Amino acid sequence: MKYSVFSLFRHSLSGHKNWEPAWREPAPKAEYDIVIVGGGGHGLATAYYLAKEFGLRNVAVLEKGWLGSGNIGRNTTIIRSNYMLPGNNPFYELSMKLWESLEQDFNFNAMVSQRGVLNLCHSDPQRDAFARRGNAMRIDGVDAELLDAHAVREMYPFFDFDNPRFPIKGGLLQRRGGTVRHDAVAWGYARGADQHGVDIIQHCEVKGIKIEKGKAVGVETSRGFIRCKKLALATAGNSSETAAMAGLKLPVESHVLQAFVSEGLKPFIDGVVTFGAGHFYVSQSDKGGLVFGGDIDGYNSYARRGNLPMIEHVIEAGVAMIPALARVRVLRSWGGIMDMSMDGSPIIDKTPVGGLYLNTGWCYGGFKATPASGYCFAHLIARDEPKDVASHYRLDRFRRGYLIDEKGQGATPNLH
Amino acid sequence: MLIKCPHCGTRPVEEFTFLGDARPRRPASNDPASMEQWFDYVYLRDNPRGRMDEYAHHAGGCRSWLVVSRSTETHEVFATVTARDYAASRRKGRAS
Ligand SMILES: Cc1cc2nc3c(=O)[nH]c(=O)nc-3n(C[C@H](O)[C@H](O)[C@H](O)COP(=O)(O)OP(=O)(O)OC[C@H]3O[C@@H](n4cnc5c(N)ncnc54)[C@H](O)[C@@H]3O)c2cc1C
Ligand SMILES: [Zn+2]
Repeated sequence: MKYSVFSLFRHSLSGHKNWEPAWREPAPKAEYDIVIVGGGGHGLATAYYLAKEFGLRNVAVLEKGWLGSGNIGRNTTIIRSNYMLPGNNPFYELSMKLWESLEQDFNFNAMVSQRGVLNLCHSDPQRDAFARRGNAMRIDGVDAELLDAHAVREMYPFFDFDNPRFPIKGGLLQRRGGTVRHDAVAWGYARGADQHGVDIIQHCEVKGIKIEKGKAVGVETSRGFIRCKKLALATAGNSSETAAMAGLKLPVESHVLQAFVSEGLKPFIDGVVTFGAGHFYVSQSDKGGLVFGGDIDGYNSYARRGNLPMIEHVIEAGVAMIPALARVRVLRSWGGIMDMSMDGSPIIDKTPVGGLYLNTGWCYGGFKATPASGYCFAHLIARDEPKDVASHYRLDRFRRGYLIDEKGQGATPNLH
Repeated sequence: MLIKCPHCGTRPVEEFTFLGDARPRRPASNDPASMEQWFDYVYLRDNPRGRMDEYAHHAGGCRSWLVVSRSTETHEVFATVTARDYAASRRKGRAS
C-alpha cells in the first residue's frame, strides 16, 4: 500500500486501526539467489536496490536482532559529502543525491533535512586546510562555502568566538548537508525491499558460512541452513566475525562510539555544527533534544556501551564551543560498534572466496553513505563489477598501497 | 574501566592510551620476500570478541608501556603486566 495524504485520510475514518504492517515476517526459504547478512542500513538498502534497480527479487536479508538494532539506529544522523580525496567525494556526493530524492523513491517519510553542516576552524592553518577541502569539493561539483568569523557569528551568535585557546576564525559550510531520521531509513528501505519481494528475516543469526570448491554456497543460521548463489556481508561492527566464517582476516578493528541526547529545548541550533579543536558535533532533533557525539573510546570493543571519561571529554569540547551547554542536562547516552578500517575508508568489494561479497569499514561515517553503499553494493553483486564511484573501495588496496586516507595519518584504526 | 598498573596501582582508564593487539609480532626481516608478513602485521587484525591482550601506555601516570588483558565483550580486565614482562614471558614460551 502506498502512503499518501489520501491513505492517511482514509485510515483516519477508521481511527487508524487498520494500517497494515510495513513489511511481512516470512519464514526463511531453503534457498535464495542472494542472501544478505545484516539488516542494518546498508544491508537493507542493498536489498532494496537489488530488487528495484537490478530486478533481482529472490533475495533475503538475515538480521540477528531486530531491524535497526545496530548502528543504523544508534548514530547521530548526520549526512554530508564534504570529503576531499578523489576516491571518496564522488561516492558521497552520489549518496547525497540519493538522499535528496529518497523519500519519494521509497515512499516513506525519512525526515531528510538539509539544514547545513558547518565545520568550525580555530586557526589560520585550519582555515587554509578548509579552503583546500572546499575547493576539492567544488571540483567534484559539491557545494562548499568558506565563511569568516563574522558570517558564523550571524548564524550562531552564542558560540564562544573569543575563547582564548580556541577562537572561532570561520568555518566550512555545506548547505546541502544535514540530518535524516535514522530509524526511518531502516524502515523505509525494509518496507521498500519487502514490497519488491525481498524476504526480511529478523532474529536469524548467521553462525557459519558453507564453502564448496572455493565458493560460498550457503549459511548456517539460528533458523537452519539457507542455501544461496551469492552471499553478501553487511555486518558493520561484526564484520571481522562474519568474514572469519569464510576464513578471511580483515583490515578492520571493532571500536565503541558513544552518542548523547539532552533534555528537550526550544529551538536553539538549527543546523549541524562541528567543533574543530576537539571532536564534537551537534544538531537539534525535531523533538528538541540536542543530539551530539565525539570520538571513539579508543580501545577495541564489542560492548555496545562506553566509559565515563569519554562522556566528560565530549561534553568539555561542547562547552568550549557553546558555553550555554553547561546548563543543559544529558538525558541518555549509548554506544555502537564501529567497523574501523585501517585507512578510515570503506570496503565494497568481492573477496577471494567465490560468490562472497563484502561491505565494511564504515568507521564513524557510514550513515550518510547508506543510499550509495546500498546502490553500489547492489551493482557489484548484480553485475560482478564495481560501480564507477565505488571503484576505489577495494579490499586489496592495503596490500597494493592504494590507501584512501583522508587524514594522511597512515595505518591506524582510529580514523574517521 | 579500572586498570591495575604494576607500578602505580589501580588507576582510571582515562590515564591510559591504547595501541591495539599485542600479539602480532613485528617481522624480523626487511627482505621484500617478507612483504606478506609485513602486510599482515601492519594492516590485518584478528579483532577478537572476548579476551584480548592489548598494549596500553600509562601516559597519565608512570609512562610505562603495559599489556592489559581484557574482554572486548564485557570490558572486564583480567591482568596487567609491563610490556617488557609480556615480551619476556613470550620469549620463554617460544623457547620451551
Ligand atoms: C554513536 C554513533 C554515531 C554515529 N554517527 C554517525 C553520523 O552522524 N553520520 C554518519 O554518517 N554515520 C554515523 N555513524 C556510523 C553509522 O551509523 C554506521 O557506519 C552505519 O550505520 C553502519 O552500517 P549499517 O547501518 O549497515 O550497520 P548496522 O545497523 O550495525 O547493521 C549491521 C547489522 O548486522 C547484523 N549482524 C551482525 N552479525 C550478524 C550475524 N552473524 N548474523 C546476522 N546479522 C548480523 C547486526 O545485528 C546489525 O543489525 C555513527 C555510529 C554510531 C555508533
Ligand atoms: Zn603506571
